Amino acid sequence: MIDLKNLTVKKAHDALAKGEYSAVELTQAYLDEIQKKDKDIHAYLAVYDNALIQAKFADKVIAEVRKAKKDFPLLMGIPVAVKDNILVKGQIASSASKILENYKAAYDATVIEKLQRENGAVLIGRTNMDEFAMGGSTENSAYGPTKNPHDISRVSGGSSGGSAAAVASNEALIALGSDTGGSIRQPASFCGIVGLKPTYGAVSRYGVMAMGSSLDQIGPFGKTVTDAEILFNAIKGQDKMDSTSLPDAKTEKIPAGKKFTIGVPRDFLTMGGLDADVMANFEASLKKLKDLGHTIVEVKLPNLKYSLAVYYVIVPAEVSSNMARFDGMRYGKRVPGKNGIEEYFLSREAGLGREVKRRIVIGTYVLSSGYYDAYYNKANIVREIIKNDYKKAFEKVDVIATPTAPNVAFTLGEKVSDPLAMYLEDIFTVPVNLAGVPAISVPSGVKKIGGKDLPIGLQFIANHSREDTLFAVGKSFLGEKE
Amino acid sequence: MLEIKDIEHLAKLARIELSDAEKKSLLNEIEPILGYVAQLKEVTSVVGEGKVAGEHRNVTREDGPVTASETYTEAIVENFPEKEKNYLKVKKILS
Repeated sequence: MIDLKNLTVKKAHDALAKGEYSAVELTQAYLDEIQKKDKDIHAYLAVYDNALIQAKFADKVIAEVRKAKKDFPLLMGIPVAVKDNILVKGQIASSASKILENYKAAYDATVIEKLQRENGAVLIGRTNMDEFAMGGSTENSAYGPTKNPHDISRVSGGSSGGSAAAVASNEALIALGSDTGGSIRQPASFCGIVGLKPTYGAVSRYGVMAMGSSLDQIGPFGKTVTDAEILFNAIKGQDKMDSTSLPDAKTEKIPAGKKFTIGVPRDFLTMGGLDADVMANFEASLKKLKDLGHTIVEVKLPNLKYSLAVYYVIVPAEVSSNMARFDGMRYGKRVPGKNGIEEYFLSREAGLGREVKRRIVIGTYVLSSGYYDAYYNKANIVREIIKNDYKKAFEKVDVIATPTAPNVAFTLGEKVSDPLAMYLEDIFTVPVNLAGVPAISVPSGVKKIGGKDLPIGLQFIANHSREDTLFAVGKSFLGEKE
Repeated sequence: MLEIKDIEHLAKLARIELSDAEKKSLLNEIEPILGYVAQLKEVTSVVGEGKVAGEHRNVTREDGPVTASETYTEAIVENFPEKEKNYLKVKKILS
C-alpha cells in the first residue's frame, strides 16, 4: 500500500529509483483512489484510457536507466492531472463545455510535450473546470461542479477546481491548471494545497484554450511548494509557438535561509468583504514570518482598488474575440439550421453556457463603437497604472503578501445567481494577472465551520520572473526543507 | 440604461441566439456589472496614457509552411461535424 497522503514527487521518485514500486503500481494506486472517491468529489471529467500504458513505458525507461546506473527526470512515472482546457493529442479536450463535448485534440500543448517527451510523466486524466475557465467555483462546468474534498457541500474553487481537488484528495500527485484572474491560486487556497501562477510568458500557452489572452498562464498544483516548483521547472521556457513566451530568467541562486522583506498593502486589504477569521489568520501568518526572521513592512498599492473593474472590461473583451471561433463549423457541436448563418446562432446558443454568453455579450458591448474608448482603452490605461504600483513597491520589497481569497470555500449554489458577488471573490488574485507578475498560494491554516476544517490560503507575489523568491519564501513559511 | 433591444443587438453582433428569458436575465445581470466597471471613469492619472493596447507586440516568423503537408489532416478531419471525403461540409451562407 503506497502512502499517497504523505507522498511527494521526490519521495515517489526515490521509491521508483529504488524499485520499491513501479510506475504502473503508482498509477494504479491513484486510479484506485479516483475509483473510490471521485463519484463524490467529481474532480475528473475523464481518466485517460492510456494512463497505464504511459506508466508501463516509464517503467521500461526506468529499468534501462537503473541498469546503466544513471539518473532519470524527477517526473518520470509520476501521475499528473491535466485541466480540461489543455490539449493532449488524441484525447478529448472540452474545456468543460458542451460545444466541445466530443472534440479530440489534434496536437499536444507545449506543456504536455515537455511533460511526456522530456520527462516521462504519466498523464492520468482531464480535470473539471468552469466552462472555458470562466468562473471561480467550477459551478459553470457543463458537467456539474467539483466538490471541495474538505466539505463536499462546498465548492472546490475555480476555475481549475478539478485539478486542485484531485491533488487535495490524493487523486493525483500533482496537476496542471490555468490562471487568468486567480484560477489556480483560489482553488489551491480553498482546497488547502499549493498553487502557482507563473510570470506572464514564463510558460508557453501553445495548446491551452485562450480565455483572456493577455492574462492567461498555465501553472502547477502540488501538496508542497517543492512539488509545485518541480512541475514549474518542467513546463517553463521560451517556445517558438508562443510569441509571448519569455527566455529563462537569469537570476542568481537564492542562498538557503535568506531573509526577505515582505510588503503588506494594508489599505487594499481593508477594502471590505474580507472575512474576520481570514484576516486573523493573515495576521498570524505575518507574525510567523516575522518570527522566522523576515521583515514585514507596509506598502502602498493605491490603484489596486480598480483591478476588478479593469479585469471585467479586459477579460470580456478578449473572451468575445476568443470565443468567436466556436461556431459549430469546423469542430464541436453543430445544430442544424436553415442556412450557415443560422447554424452559427443555434450552435452557439446550444453549446455555450450562461457565464460564457454573459462575457461574450459584455465584451461585445465594451468593444463596440462609441464605448471602446470609455471602457476598453480606459481599462488598458488603468492597467498600466496598476503595473506601475507594483513596480514601485518592488523597489522596496522582495515579496508582497495578502490573503489569497477574502473568504473560505463557499457553499454550492451560494453565489451562482449573483455574478458580481462571484467576481468580487477574485479581489486579491486579479491584480497579479493584470501586472503579469508571479504569485503563489500556500496553505496557512483553517477556519472551522460546522465541524469541518476549511482551508485558508496565503498569497505571496513577487516581481517579474522571480518565481525563485516565491518558492524560497513559501518553503520558509511552511517549514519545507530545501 | 440598457434595454432588451440593446441585448438583442449585441447578441446579433456576437452571433448568439437567446431565448426571451435569457435576454431578460442577461439584462438584469449586465447592468450591475457595467455599473461596477464604470468606476474606471473616476481615474484621471496619466501614467498609462499612450499605452492603450498594452506593451505586447506581434512577433512574426517567416511566412512559410512549418509542418509537413497532411501532418494534422486526419486529426482535423475527424473533428468535422459534417464531411464528404476530406471536405468540410457546410450549408449555404445565404438562403
